[in-house]
Amino acid sequence: MSANPAGPTLELTDLKVVYRVRGIDRPVLRGISLTIGRGETYGLVGESGCGKSTTALAVVGYLPSNGRVTSGSIRLNGREVVGLKGNALRRLRADDLSMVYQNPGQALNPSIRVGDQVAEVFRTGGARPADALARAEQALAKVQIADPGSVMHRYPHQLSGGMQQRVVIAMALASDPALLILDEPTTSLDATIEAEVLDLIQHLQSEFNSSVLFISHNLGVIAKMCERVGVLYAGRLVEEGPVQTVLNQPRHPYTVGLLRCVPRGGVRKDHGRLDTIPGFMASIEEQLPPCVFADRCALAQDICRTEEPPMHWITAGHGSRCHFHEKAQDLPRATPSELGQPLTVDRSATPLLKVDDLAKQFNQRGRQVTALAGVSLAIWPGETLGLVGESGSGKTTFAQTLLGLVSPTRGTVELTGRVLPPRLFARTQNDVRVLQIVFQNPDSALNRRHSVRRILRRALKKLAGITGAAAEARLIKLTEAVRLAQRYLNVRPNQLSGGLKQRVAIARAFAGEPRLVICDEPTSSLDVSVQAAILNLLVELQAERKVAYLFISHDLGVVRYISDRIAVLYLGRLMEVGPAGVVFAAPHHPYTEALLSAVPTVDGGGRERIKLNGEIPSAAAPPSGCVFHTRCHRFLGKICEEVVPPLVEVEAGHQMACHIPLDELRRLQSEPREVSPGQAL
Amino acid sequence: MSTAAPAVRLQAAQIARRETLRQLVRSKIFMSGAIIIAFWIFCAIFGYRIAPHDPLDQSFPQLVGPSATYFFGTDQLGRDVFSRVLAGARDILLIVPAATLLGIVGGTIVGLISGYFRGRVDDVASRIVDAVLALPLIVIAVTVLVALGHSTVTLIIVIGVVFTPIVSRTVRAAVLSERQLDYVAASQLSGERAPYVMFVEILPNVMGPIIVETTVRLGYAIFAVAGLTFLGFGVRPPSPDWALQIADNYTLLGAGTYSWTVLFPGLAIISLVVAVNLVADGLSRVLER
Repeated sequence: MSANPAGPTLELTDLKVVYRVRGIDRPVLRGISLTIGRGETYGLVGESGCGKSTTALAVVGYLPSNGRVTSGSIRLNGREVVGLKGNALRRLRADDLSMVYQNPGQALNPSIRVGDQVAEVFRTGGARPADALARAEQALAKVQIADPGSVMHRYPHQLSGGMQQRVVIAMALASDPALLILDEPTTSLDATIEAEVLDLIQHLQSEFNSSVLFISHNLGVIAKMCERVGVLYAGRLVEEGPVQTVLNQPRHPYTVGLLRCVPRGGVRKDHGRLDTIPGFMASIEEQLPPCVFADRCALAQDICRTEEPPMHWITAGHGSRCHFHEKAQDLPRATPSELGQPLTVDRSATPLLKVDDLAKQFNQRGRQVTALAGVSLAIWPGETLGLVGESGSGKTTFAQTLLGLVSPTRGTVELTGRVLPPRLFARTQNDVRVLQIVFQNPDSALNRRHSVRRILRRALKKLAGITGAAAEARLIKLTEAVRLAQRYLNVRPNQLSGGLKQRVAIARAFAGEPRLVICDEPTSSLDVSVQAAILNLLVELQAERKVAYLFISHDLGVVRYISDRIAVLYLGRLMEVGPAGVVFAAPHHPYTEALLSAVPTVDGGGRERIKLNGEIPSAAAPPSGCVFHTRCHRFLGKICEEVVPPLVEVEAGHQMACHIPLDELRRLQSEPREVSPGQAL
Repeated sequence: MSTAAPAVRLQAAQIARRETLRQLVRSKIFMSGAIIIAFWIFCAIFGYRIAPHDPLDQSFPQLVGPSATYFFGTDQLGRDVFSRVLAGARDILLIVPAATLLGIVGGTIVGLISGYFRGRVDDVASRIVDAVLALPLIVIAVTVLVALGHSTVTLIIVIGVVFTPIVSRTVRAAVLSERQLDYVAASQLSGERAPYVMFVEILPNVMGPIIVETTVRLGYAIFAVAGLTFLGFGVRPPSPDWALQIADNYTLLGAGTYSWTVLFPGLAIISLVVAVNLVADGLSRVLER
């Protein structure tokens, strides 16, 4: 293990990996060189398909059966890893390496108790069974699991996602590895839980002194966690350097483009459109020019297609593989920022949709689970209402109830002043047409056996009543509206990229001129550059057609960008409703405050994170009084435990459910909170 | 690239289908099964014509062992066993696919309805399915055939009806997981009616399991038909059906060593069942990956 204690922990030199697809070797990693020093956290960032995970799998010697390293070397503690087999590879994985995957639920064996699973790692390390169990309990305590003794006896499915990921991290650190690889460790978690797990990783790292390879698509997370970052594109490291330098003074057009795609710093749709990166991530089968980014780069010249750019070192540690790296920040915008006439929303008119005291209880194995506990709100034509909250807050149930997929226990949904029947099949075809949805996951939202043309023509027939030749004309118009090239019409969805699929789904929702489209996390499965394009499209469609959106998302940057008003949901109850700018600026509800503080920002630093106590309580047994009191950092006392705070208008258009008066909140939230050294960036 | 792409993409669906076919052709398991089945189908159609002797002709010497004249010997009535084995494929290969098809169609409909509507509909359907599954197929079939009198059509219907609940279970499970996907909700939200959602949206996506189930059922149907025939409730004499041959001659096994009268029809049944299972195996590996 201590072959070369002075050298770097991990050293990749010109690593090339190919995948064999239909008998042809396709390059996936095109020569990656990087080093990770002792105790250092190195971030690897890039969009899906860029080779992030392949890099990690190559390091642990776990490439899929059609993949292999063709050249280059991987040195861990000075020892060559490429070519290790059998026992040597097993020892390496057991002693020197650990990996944490994105989905903790799949990383744990569902039929073995947590304690036994963690203890197994110690037993592999040679500990006696009783000893291993004792050390497993210590390991669980180290990852800040409250009451590790009882967690030891539970099965993985009895733990929440955040707890599961803590267990996985405990197992990963059990062997005291030289290198810990974290592959999107918090992507499947809620923002508040993500923030806690990230804090935990930072804390543990200082204790264990492991080096970390941190893979993420989220620039904010990378900014928070890493010292150095490498930007990966099409299997090549295009830029590398200290995190703050790369994110603040990027020198590669791809990095510049990526950073511009992310809605941040409070930018809103009426400020301008988001920039995008033209074209698509190259598929594995495409031939790429010497500069892999040249086809999508506005700065590209002839030299980019004839000569491979070397790594230009701007400073000792900051390099960019771009012939024109000094001009990178002047990259022209791919999407003009200019806007049409901003929509004005008339809130004195009859609301498009009015929800009154909507509640839904599910019967779950004899227990009553309250998914929605009386939600009232209104949406006016042409506006976007953002709906935010952690998973389990009732966002999806709310959407399903509006659509008639789930019938409410009580309460009504009114469409332009008329009460809608609760069940979908009882609604008229016109009601169905007016209320549409764009789902989170376009893979499952489109029938994989039907062509795009068939999907859209059927939607036109049912929603707009158009058939025959007229339908074909409308189909063309519709695809133009969602910027979908017509050559995709004869294709089945699985041959389209995620962004294109989502465009098809949006086209289907817009087939019958809807008035309200529910967007249920429409961009959360997409890469940031694609997300920007989809958000732009939604904003454009809204401006053209005065359609209203109910935009559900856990990404507060996205919600802030697209929303006119925001509603914050917690355990099926509205905590706060108001204009986007007002809700996101103090004074706001303590829960909103905590949610906002949990988001890691690209700009780094700034806000100090508020720790919420524990996780979202079970909806089967919600806390008494104010449901948030068990986790509230501004907890007042008895009144919060006993009296339910009503949702009242605290200022014009701004409703809040909190016992603390607005002025008091304003005073409290303007105070700078003490910043503990461990949390400052 | 942009000009070449559409032409290539247009055929993508066909390419995917061709790819599946290519994988099947490459699969040794699938191909060996398919060749055996093809052989028996050929015999079912042309068996009487290609047989060296008339399968029903009783004028040959009785109970002669396998020889150059009578490849598989002759039976106690003086019929040529080889010719009877070739011709004997006809009845079973008519009844088995018909019965299976009936069971698959019935089971698919019940499974789709049960899995799509869930709730009470599913509860009722599932209990009936459980009840039918609790009784052995042979018992139900014998009872019904005795009550209604036995004919080929009744035999087909009985086996088909008994298969319906078994198939419906497989289909229901596939539909239940398919039902969770958003495209089903999206279809409902365009105002589609239940039959359209079930048969146009969901059905194409559960064809994989249905095809595999079909081949598995074919194997069981061969057992069922052969078993019932042996018991005297299936194919009737003088057909040269394999199970009938066994039924006619099995008593000889105790008296002497006229094993060829039973062995060759028995091997024929086994080869067909094994072949069907090989095809089922090959299909499920390719379709379900």
